[in-house]
Amino acid sequence: MSVFRKLSPDACRLPKPERSLARVSDGTSLWKDAWNRLKQNRLALVSLWMIVGVVLFCFLGPIVLRTSYVEQILENTLLSPSAAYPFGTDDLGRDQLIRVMVGGRVSLGVGIVATLVSLLIGVVYGASAAFWGGKVDSVMMRIVDVLYGLPFTIFVILLMTIFERSILLLFMVIGAVEWLTMARIVRGQVLSIRRQEYIEAAVALGLSKRRILIRHIIPNVLGVVIVYATLTVPNVMLLESFLSFLGLGVQPPMPSWGSLIKLGADNIQEYTYLLLIPAGFFSLTLFSLNFLGDGLRDALDPQSSRD
Amino acid sequence: MVEAIERDDFTMIKFILSRIIQSAVVVFIILTLTFVMVRLAPGGPFSSERKMQPYILERINAYYGLDDPVILQYFNYVGGVLRGNLGPSFTETRTVNQILESTIPVSFELGTWALLIALGIGLPIGILAAVKRNSALDYGPMSVAMLGICFPTFVMGPVLAMIFGVWLGWFNVAGWFVASDRVLPACTLGLVYAAYIARIARGGMLEVLNQDFIRTAAAKGVSSWGIIFKHSLRGGLLPVVSFLGPALAGLISGSFVVETVFNLPGMGREFVTSAFDRDYFLVQGTVIVYAALITAANLGVDIAQVVLNPKLGFED
Repeated sequence: MSVFRKLSPDACRLPKPERSLARVSDGTSLWKDAWNRLKQNRLALVSLWMIVGVVLFCFLGPIVLRTSYVEQILENTLLSPSAAYPFGTDDLGRDQLIRVMVGGRVSLGVGIVATLVSLLIGVVYGASAAFWGGKVDSVMMRIVDVLYGLPFTIFVILLMTIFERSILLLFMVIGAVEWLTMARIVRGQVLSIRRQEYIEAAVALGLSKRRILIRHIIPNVLGVVIVYATLTVPNVMLLESFLSFLGLGVQPPMPSWGSLIKLGADNIQEYTYLLLIPAGFFSLTLFSLNFLGDGLRDALDPQSSRD
Repeated sequence: MVEAIERDDFTMIKFILSRIIQSAVVVFIILTLTFVMVRLAPGGPFSSERKMQPYILERINAYYGLDDPVILQYFNYVGGVLRGNLGPSFTETRTVNQILESTIPVSFELGTWALLIALGIGLPIGILAAVKRNSALDYGPMSVAMLGICFPTFVMGPVLAMIFGVWLGWFNVAGWFVASDRVLPACTLGLVYAAYIARIARGGMLEVLNQDFIRTAAAKGVSSWGIIFKHSLRGGLLPVVSFLGPALAGLISGSFVVETVFNLPGMGREFVTSAFDRDYFLVQGTVIVYAALITAANLGVDIAQVVLNPKLGFED
């Protein structure tokens, strides 16, 4: 998929390469390079494993445990963590461990799916704006500017209170908010790539517009898109949990980390574990995603280093 | 070389005037959107309550003018707003104006303290980190700032309330009565933004400190204080200035959470509950105030940027 792979055919290798020469001709794919750079970044690597761990915990946990996150055992309400209930039970006697897992599944799931939605809209919109250019471009980006100025959280809250709350609406609402920045970033990137010499060369060679877009522009935008997508996931999770905290997100009995934190916030006087455990998971995940995003940015786009 | 941009007083005034008109249009659009959205919703403000006798419902609707055609309702409402009358509330005996008069001061005070905390903590940390780049004074505080970003208000609020309210017992967990009640909510709201501001200030300062004129100043023997305060702050803090617009919008949505967590009689809580209750006029009233506030802040930021950065032209 990468144009760079073509530049290093194995045939070019010297029969008995010197060390230094071998390094030059050895795999210099963009992605391999990026992976090597990422591996040197301890923090990003730890974050990556942390995310893998949390994802496994939330998605495999419910399959292994096979307990129900809705079953209420009313004599077991508000039990502190113990061997039977490692995370304790909530105010309705439900096992908090499974609820944290399922809540994480919801939060992560919404984070990923809504990011993909915003990615799709943003990339198509931004790339088309940059591709057509001229009047079309300026009108399209003007629309984005205007939308940017609107107080979105307020509209999101209005939408979620007024209409029948469902996960689908949640996806749509969050995706609709988050695509704006993506569109801007992709447009800027496409514009700057269009001015590069290799695109000029491709045009001079008589390649069709479509081929240039698919073969040369999209692969080179991909890095930036991946970086920004990694940074969008925590943003989406924040928004989802914010809404769930206010009672406007995922509807009970389905938990989400936001609504679990809300339950904990209402019980800080006596039952601190109800707050600390979900809040810990949530913050840890956000933390890891942000650091991984930073690490990916350094790895995929070394010119724009952090400072 | 940067082209010289014509900047006389006349273009400045023209720029500011056109921006003010733009802002007014935006507020108007937001008002209209809200009006339409609230009325598109299935079910009216009184449909969720106990079954009412139809003739009573009719009378209530007639009393509030809800039986008029929507377009007439809209013009009546806009006319009222232009005269400063935001209409009645369906759920309280007070009018929307009276509710806003009692809730705005609370939210305003909360927001002001939060902003002061954010700037007071974020700026020095960010500037120091940039000046002492790649030292312990950089890495330490910036890692803490990164942590701060990962503790959103709805985590920070309950955790602070638990530590300082319940365990240590220094502050009340809820309420807005004595002066110390301001501490926890304002910190909750302000600390997250302190983290953002620290990161942005650091980035902006680093960019300026790497430039040639700073090296020239150092070579000419300007003291490091002089370099920081006289030569770099103005340019380095530009990104912070442009962040203040979105930050205010964030403070507002944060206030929804903080006022709920700490049970404060502010406008954010009023907005959320009124949206739940379908209290049409109260929803619209709060949205107008928020929209005016946000657009005014964006306007201020735009103007400040042009004033601070001579490279920027006046574009509409």
